[in-house]
Amino acid sequence: MNTLKTRKKILTQHAEAMIIRYTFGFFAFLAVLLLGLILVFLFREGLPLFKQISVADFLFGTAWYPTYTPPEYGIWPLIVGSLAVTFFACLIAVPLGLLSAVYIAEIAPARIKEILKSVIELLAGLPSVVLGFFGMVIVGPWLQETFDLPTGLNIMNASVMLAIMAIPTISSISEDALYAVPREFKEASYALGATRYETIIRVIIPAALSGISTAVILGMARAIGETMVVLMVAGGAAAIPESIFDAVRPMTASIAAEMGEAPFRSGHYHALFATGIVLFVITLAFNLIADYISNRFRETGSGTL
Amino acid sequence: MNGNTFESSMRSRYFKQRLFFGAVRLSALVITLALLGILAYILANGFRAISWEFLTQPPTDSMTKGGIMPAIVGTLYLTVGAILVALPLGVVSAIFLTEYAKQGALSRIIRIGVNCLAGVPSVVFGLFGLGFFVVFLKFGSSILAGALTLGILILPTIIGAAEEALKAVPQTFREASLALGVSKWDTIFRIVLPSALPGILTGAILGVGRAAGETAPIMFTAAAFFTAVLPKSIFDEVMALPYHIYVLATAGTHIEETRPLQYGTVLVLIALVLGIDLIAIIMRSMMRRNKRW
Amino acid sequence: MVTVEKDFIIRTKNVDFFYSAFRALSDITMDFEKNRVTALIGPSGCGKSTLLRLLNRMNDLIDGTRVEGEILFEGRNIYASDVDPVEIRQRIGMVFQKPNPFPKSIYNNITYAPKLAGIRNTGEIEALVEESLKQAVLWDEVKDILTKSAMTLSGGQQQRLCIARALAMKPDVILMDEPTSALDPISTAKIEELIDTLKKRYTIIIVTHNMQQAARISEYTGFFYLGKMIEFNATEKIFTNPDVKQTEDYITGRFG
Repeated sequence: MNTLKTRKKILTQHAEAMIIRYTFGFFAFLAVLLLGLILVFLFREGLPLFKQISVADFLFGTAWYPTYTPPEYGIWPLIVGSLAVTFFACLIAVPLGLLSAVYIAEIAPARIKEILKSVIELLAGLPSVVLGFFGMVIVGPWLQETFDLPTGLNIMNASVMLAIMAIPTISSISEDALYAVPREFKEASYALGATRYETIIRVIIPAALSGISTAVILGMARAIGETMVVLMVAGGAAAIPESIFDAVRPMTASIAAEMGEAPFRSGHYHALFATGIVLFVITLAFNLIADYISNRFRETGSGTL
Repeated sequence: MNGNTFESSMRSRYFKQRLFFGAVRLSALVITLALLGILAYILANGFRAISWEFLTQPPTDSMTKGGIMPAIVGTLYLTVGAILVALPLGVVSAIFLTEYAKQGALSRIIRIGVNCLAGVPSVVFGLFGLGFFVVFLKFGSSILAGALTLGILILPTIIGAAEEALKAVPQTFREASLALGVSKWDTIFRIVLPSALPGILTGAILGVGRAAGETAPIMFTAAAFFTAVLPKSIFDEVMALPYHIYVLATAGTHIEETRPLQYGTVLVLIALVLGIDLIAIIMRSMMRRNKRW
Repeated sequence: MVTVEKDFIIRTKNVDFFYSAFRALSDITMDFEKNRVTALIGPSGCGKSTLLRLLNRMNDLIDGTRVEGEILFEGRNIYASDVDPVEIRQRIGMVFQKPNPFPKSIYNNITYAPKLAGIRNTGEIEALVEESLKQAVLWDEVKDILTKSAMTLSGGQQQRLCIARALAMKPDVILMDEPTSALDPISTAKIEELIDTLKKRYTIIIVTHNMQQAARISEYTGFFYLGKMIEFNATEKIFTNPDVKQTEDYITGRFG
């Protein structure tokens, strides 16, 4: 132990350390490689579609009849369907998610806080197929009866169930953002004679705005990317909706429902992969924006009030 | 300031506060009721279907009778496979990010990559699994393809939990070990990793819960509505609980008749997933209380 | 007259140290004599801890740092490219300001590093544990509870455990970074006694912000200020008749 090792042994130790570092680095980089691979394979199976049809016709065509002869591959109704259910889901989920986050972070007593956090975490753990089932079997018939509709599987149903899925995301990320607001801000506000409500609305929430925006964007990304719920509950009509009680077919539902029947490497098959590309790009954009916002404001502090 | 206007303005301020607090409490209540309502409905309608036979026998009579044992087994295989893929990969990645490359372009790229991977919709994972594992690598619709797809799906979750657990290990432990002339790798392997293990395990358990409940990634890569026998190799297809629920409820030939079994299957799946999540939540709070550093 | 050749086990030659662009240490040249206690004193932020951490290459762990000059251990520059820092740290041990035992048993805390260094023989290991704990004056207190977690010990006991842990590697030099500043006076006294015994076998370099402690236990003292070494001399001289006025001001409490 008490002798300095020879130069050779030091070099092999050094080499060992480098090997470990580079191997681990490679495996860590795998996540990035996988992302790239996903893109590659989506394009591999999706691009052939554009020999048959232009990108503009694909994205903005209003007729999705992939099984007709001749087939029509316009996914605009699908895109609108996705946007519609996401929008209405957020209408429900953002207030509920944000208010519950405020409750947990600022108002609730300790034991209720723990319980509510567990409730939200369990809600987050509910499999989407379970929520889809619930929407189909309980909410659907209820809607049908209450509003005298031909079917209870529509935008409204999907929005409610999607909201249940998005609330945990919005709530927990907002909660983190609210916690991160420095105590000094709160103390200054109280010291000036503001009530708790005023402090929350005028000081804390604005200070946490970047984190809350991130939460909302990620909640939206979750809703738009969700498959089983909309598959079972949104109705399945590939048409542009006119009311909240209309059935729609969001992109995710279309892919999941039709993949099983599309013949291998047929036009339909390629169209579904191409839809997957659109979906991937949209959710990627949401995630990158959310990342950008959260990083940008982390460096400059708690934003401007 | 006139005393009266001060009082009335305070009253209106406190009124607004009461309204707000009421709204806040109401939202918490609504969310809790949503969870309890769903659980109650499923429990009430499903528990009649639960029996020893239900859990251990395969389905018969076009799924209208019998049990869901093959689906339970299939879900088991898929989730074990997924965690076998994601846990080593995730822990190694987390170690690299926290111990070897804390800053710099490389770690930022990897982090962005992991975040984006976390945001990929589950059906896109399904498409990828189909295009890559099933078709390109020629694994066919199989446990292997399904487990790999699910593994990639939960990888970001594992990496996140492992990173958090590693970061929570006090820096002073690393310093003490290095100051004793112990190499960096030995320090990580013998001091940092063991201390981070409970947190990593919690993350793994949550990952398992997630993988068990996913449908879209396995729809085109592993799941079959009915397999006559239990799978014999990783290249076989399997039944799985989430897929079973989906098909029974939407495309089976006896939707109304099998409704009780659908509820039963949903109950089993919920019990499995929530049970797993509760274990993780309890583990986490036990760890917080026992932390002695 | 016979002049005794002093044995300097560590010598720094014109050492500069940078945190990125910030120069934290300027032109430090000191010789540390073997089997003596050398104290480094000075106000907060003067660089004494930074210098200490250079001696066992612990500052390597911080990104963006740069060392210029040489630090010779037994005549070899420890920052040379063919020197393994892991090796250096086996010969130059460190005790930290806040006791940092591992969340393991007392026994395993001590055996952790020797086992990794290759000692396998159980008899040898057990003897090592006993010897280290005895040297750290902790053996009598813990000899019956060796399997208990180190976290159950008091602060003073934990610090002595950390000293025993460092001793188990049989280093030549022990670096101590304010080892008693987090401890109560009784534990502090025990450890100061301990240092007095240890110096017979080891060389000790101790950073302390407590001047009285430096005066009590060290043979040599270096006074640092703003990254420069202001004066380095026999402790008695520093505290009774310093050469530099700045030293005298610090000693008498006029600043710091």
